[in-house]
Amino acid sequence: MTTSKLNDFVIKLANVNGTGSASANGMLMKSIFRMGIPVTGKNFFPSNIQGLPTWYEIRISKDGYLCRSGKVDLMIAMNAETYKADLAEVDPGGYLMYDSTWPRNDILDRNDVTVLGIPLSAMCNEAFESARAKVLMKNVAYVGALVALLDIDMDVIENLLKETFSTKPHLADANIQAIKMGFDYATENFDCPLPLKLSPMEATKGHVIVDGNTTAGLGAVYAGATVTSWYPITPSTSLIDAFSLFCQQLRKDPETGENNYCVIQAEDELSAIGMVLGANWNGARAFTATSGPGVSLMSEFLGLAYYAEIPAVLYDVQRVSPSTGMPTRTQQCDIVSAAYASHGDTKQVLLFPSDPSDCFHMSKIAFDLAERLQTPVIVLTDLDIGMNDWMIPEIEWDDSYLPDRGKVYDAKQLKDMDAFYRYLDVDGDAIPWRTLPGVDSKGAYFVRGSGHNKFGGYTEKSDEYTDVVDRLRRKFDTAATLVPAPIINIDDAMPREKNYALLSIGSCDGAIREAREKMQLDGQGNLDYMRIQGFPFHKDVAVFIDQYEQVFVIEQNRDAQLRQLLTVELDIDPKRLIPLLSYDGMPVSSNFIVEGVTALIKQGHAA
Amino acid sequence: MSFLKKPKISHPGLPTNEIGLTIRDYEGAMSTLCAGCGHDSISSAIMQAYYELSIEPHRVAKVSGIGCSSKTPTYFLGGAHGFNSVHGRMPSIATGANAANRELNYIGVSGDGDSLSIGLGQFGHAIRRNINMMYLIENNGVYGLTKGQFSASADRGSTAKKGDANPYSPIDPVLLAISLGCTFVGRGFSGDKEHLVPMIKSAIKHEGFALLDIISPCVTFNDHEGSTKSYAHTRANLRETVYADFTAQHEEIVAQVDPGEFKKITMHDGSRVGFKRVDESYDPTDRISAITYIEEHRSKGEVVTGLLYLEESASEMHSVLGSNKQAMATLPYSKLNPGAETLTRIQARWR
Repeated sequence: MTTSKLNDFVIKLANVNGTGSASANGMLMKSIFRMGIPVTGKNFFPSNIQGLPTWYEIRISKDGYLCRSGKVDLMIAMNAETYKADLAEVDPGGYLMYDSTWPRNDILDRNDVTVLGIPLSAMCNEAFESARAKVLMKNVAYVGALVALLDIDMDVIENLLKETFSTKPHLADANIQAIKMGFDYATENFDCPLPLKLSPMEATKGHVIVDGNTTAGLGAVYAGATVTSWYPITPSTSLIDAFSLFCQQLRKDPETGENNYCVIQAEDELSAIGMVLGANWNGARAFTATSGPGVSLMSEFLGLAYYAEIPAVLYDVQRVSPSTGMPTRTQQCDIVSAAYASHGDTKQVLLFPSDPSDCFHMSKIAFDLAERLQTPVIVLTDLDIGMNDWMIPEIEWDDSYLPDRGKVYDAKQLKDMDAFYRYLDVDGDAIPWRTLPGVDSKGAYFVRGSGHNKFGGYTEKSDEYTDVVDRLRRKFDTAATLVPAPIINIDDAMPREKNYALLSIGSCDGAIREAREKMQLDGQGNLDYMRIQGFPFHKDVAVFIDQYEQVFVIEQNRDAQLRQLLTVELDIDPKRLIPLLSYDGMPVSSNFIVEGVTALIKQGHAA
Repeated sequence: MSFLKKPKISHPGLPTNEIGLTIRDYEGAMSTLCAGCGHDSISSAIMQAYYELSIEPHRVAKVSGIGCSSKTPTYFLGGAHGFNSVHGRMPSIATGANAANRELNYIGVSGDGDSLSIGLGQFGHAIRRNINMMYLIENNGVYGLTKGQFSASADRGSTAKKGDANPYSPIDPVLLAISLGCTFVGRGFSGDKEHLVPMIKSAIKHEGFALLDIISPCVTFNDHEGSTKSYAHTRANLRETVYADFTAQHEEIVAQVDPGEFKKITMHDGSRVGFKRVDESYDPTDRISAITYIEEHRSKGEVVTGLLYLEESASEMHSVLGSNKQAMATLPYSKLNPGAETLTRIQARWR
C-alpha cells in the first residue's frame, strides 16, 4: 500500500522540549535544502523551557510549496507522552520511527503504518559518557538513521556538522559518530531507502532558509532605524534580538568603535512605545516589536501618535489570543485591534507581510510610510512567518535607496519663512509639515494629545477641533494611495471561475497558492486570488471584489476580522464576503483551503 | 488663557546674557494656572536658570505628562520644542528623545500625581537608566485638574479641603530616587526662588538624571489649614540643609574661598557646585547618611530641602550603551546602510 514519494513528503518530529532536538532537526532540514530540494521547517513548540511536547514539521516539496500540506508521511516519535496522538496523525501508508529501547507493541495498532523501531537510547547510552551527551546524541542518531532511510547525502551532513562545530572539533567527531551509528543500524535492519526518499535537485539555487523575525530585524537595519525599545514577549523577541545582533556586526563606527544604534530594553510595552515616539519626534527612525497583549498596552500612546502625528513603526508578531492565549501558536487575530488601536476616532496604517521576504522589504516601506504620513505604521506579521524556517529567494538590495524622511523643514527653510505652523495642509494632501527639536527656535511647537487647532495651539473650539480631525481622515485617503497595492493572481491558461474569487492576507498566501493550483489541476475551478498588502485599503481592493458575486475571505482568526474591516471600510454587502477561517493555532494548510473552498462553492451552487 | 497672545515687549535696557538674549527670550505663552500657583514661580526660576546659563532655547527639549504641572512647559522657553505626552509616561518620551539626540538639553516637568502614581514605574526606570535630563516634580499633594483628590505624596493625616484626612503613607520622591540610585537629588520650595535657581542650574549641568522635588502648594485645593503641603505649613516646617551655589565653567574662580563652603564638586563640563552646609551633620555625597538624615527629619514632620545628594561619577545611558557622540537623529544614512554586498555575505550564512 506504500506509494513512492520522491522529494514530496512531510516528516514530523515529535520531541520533548529542552532535549536538544532543535539543532538536530534544523540540521536535517538544512541538509535537504543543500541537496537542492525545496524544503521548509515549522516549529510547534510549547510555552515552556523544558519537559513539554514539541514538534518540528519538515515539508519536502519538489514543486516548491512552502505551506503545511496538512499531512504527515513520516513521524519521528521521540516523545512517549504523545506516541498515541503522533501515530494517529500519520497518513495511511506512512511511517513511524520510535526509540525501541523500550518496545511498545501496544502502540502498533495501525496496520496501515510501518513502524521502524531503533534502540536509540540503548545505542547512545553505550557509546557516550556524559549524561547530557546521551540525551543529545539520540537526536543526532535518528538523523543518522534518516540519512540511510531517505537517502540523504552523507557528505552534506558531514560538512554541515563541520561548519557548525568548526571551533569545537571534538563535538563534530561525536556528532559524526552518532550519525554513523544511526545510519548503520538503519542500513542493517531496514530496507533502505524507503519509498519516501530524496534525490538531489537544483531547485534551491539562489534561495536561502530564514525566519521572518530575522529578516524584519535586518530590514530595520537597512531602513536606517537607529533606536529600538521593546519589552520581551513571544513571538516578537527574536526580531529585536536579530536587530541587535546585526547592529553589533554592522553598525559599529569603524573609526571610533561607537554604536550607531541604540537598543533599550523597556520596563513594559507602554514605555517601549513611548520611547519609540520620543525618538521619532526627535528625528530618529525608531521602532518596537511586540505581540497582541503588547499592542493592547501600547494603545494609549498609539492614539497620541495618530492625533499628534508622530511617525512610528511597530511590528506586531501575532500569536493566539485573547489574553495570554497560546503564546507559541500562530494566528492573524490583531487585525481589527491594530487597525483601530486606541480610543476615539483613530485609525492606523497596517502592512501585511506574507513571508520573510516581505518582512525585509516591508520594513523599509514601513519606515518610509511612517515618516511620509507622520503616523504609526503597524507591520502585522505572525508567529508562523516570524519564527519558522522559510525558503525564500535571496533578498536583493538596491544601494541607490534613500529613505523618504517625509515633510520636514530644515534650518534654512525655517529661516526663510515668516512663521511655522505645525498642522497646516500646505500641499493639499492632508499631510502637514513638521520640524525637529534642536534645529531652529522658529520651528518650535508643542506636541499635545489635547485638542489643537491647525496652527498647533491648544483649543477647545468645536470648529478648530473638527478641522484637524477631518484633515486626519483625509490623510488616510492619501495613505490608501501610498500603501502597497494588492497582489492579484489571475490564471488565464484555463477558464476562470466567474462567480467566486479568493481574498486573503499575510501568511495564508503559501497555502492558498498551493490550494489554487491543486484545484486547477483537479478541475475543481480556477479561482482568481487577491492578497491585500496594506490598510487603509488600496483602491484596487474594491475594484477586485466588485467583479465577483462572492469572494471567499480566508484568514486565521475566529471572527473574520479582515472581512469585518472590508465590510466597514469599503461599504461592501457582507453577504458577498464569505469567511473561511482557520484559527486552531496551526499555520493554515493547503488541504484545509482546498476542502473549505470546495465546500463553499458547492453550497453556493446549491443556494 | 494660553490662546491669548502674550505681547512681546522688551525694554531696550533689559540686560542680555552671553549669547545676547534677554530674559524675555526665555519666556513662553501666558500661564493658564490659578493666580498664585506655585508652579508659575517654578517656571520663572526655570527661565532664569536657562537665561543665566546662556543656553539657546532651541537646544532645549521640554517634555511633560498630564496634569497642572505638565501644562507648564508651554509657559517657558517658547523657542524650545515641547512634548505634552500622556499621563505618567513622560519618562519614556524623554528616554526615547534622548536616545535619538543626546546633544540637546532635556527638561521634564511632572507632578506628584503624574510621577508617583500612574507613572511610578517609568519614573523609577528613567532613574535606573540614568537618562541625562533634569526632572522636576512640582509636588502639591493633590490632583488639581480633577478637583482635589489626594495624591500619593500627601502625608498621612493631611486633610483635604472638605476635611477628610488622608489615611495612607506618602511616597517621598526624594527618598525613592536616592534609593533607586539617582545621581542628583534635590528638594526645593516654589516660594523660595533664590535657592531654586542655583539648584536648577546645577541640575541642568549634571550629566545624568537630576531629580528636583519642588514643593509647590496648590492655592485652590491644598492651601488650607490641616494640609501639610500648604504655603504656611511648608514655610513653618522647612529645614534647609544644604545650599548649593552654582559657578559656570567659564566664570572666574574667585580666589577667596567662601567661608561657608565645605565642598566643591566639578561637573562634567567643568562648572562647579559649591555646597554651603546649613546643618553640620549633612553630607550630600554620602547616600546612606543622606537617607538617614531625611528620614529622621521626616519623622519630625520637617521637610528637608537643598541639594540632598550628588554623584558626578556615574555614567549616563549613552555612556553605558557606548553610543556615538553624534546624535542618532543626525547620522547620515550612508553610515547606517550596510549595503548590498554585505547583504549577500549575510545571506551566505542562511544556506
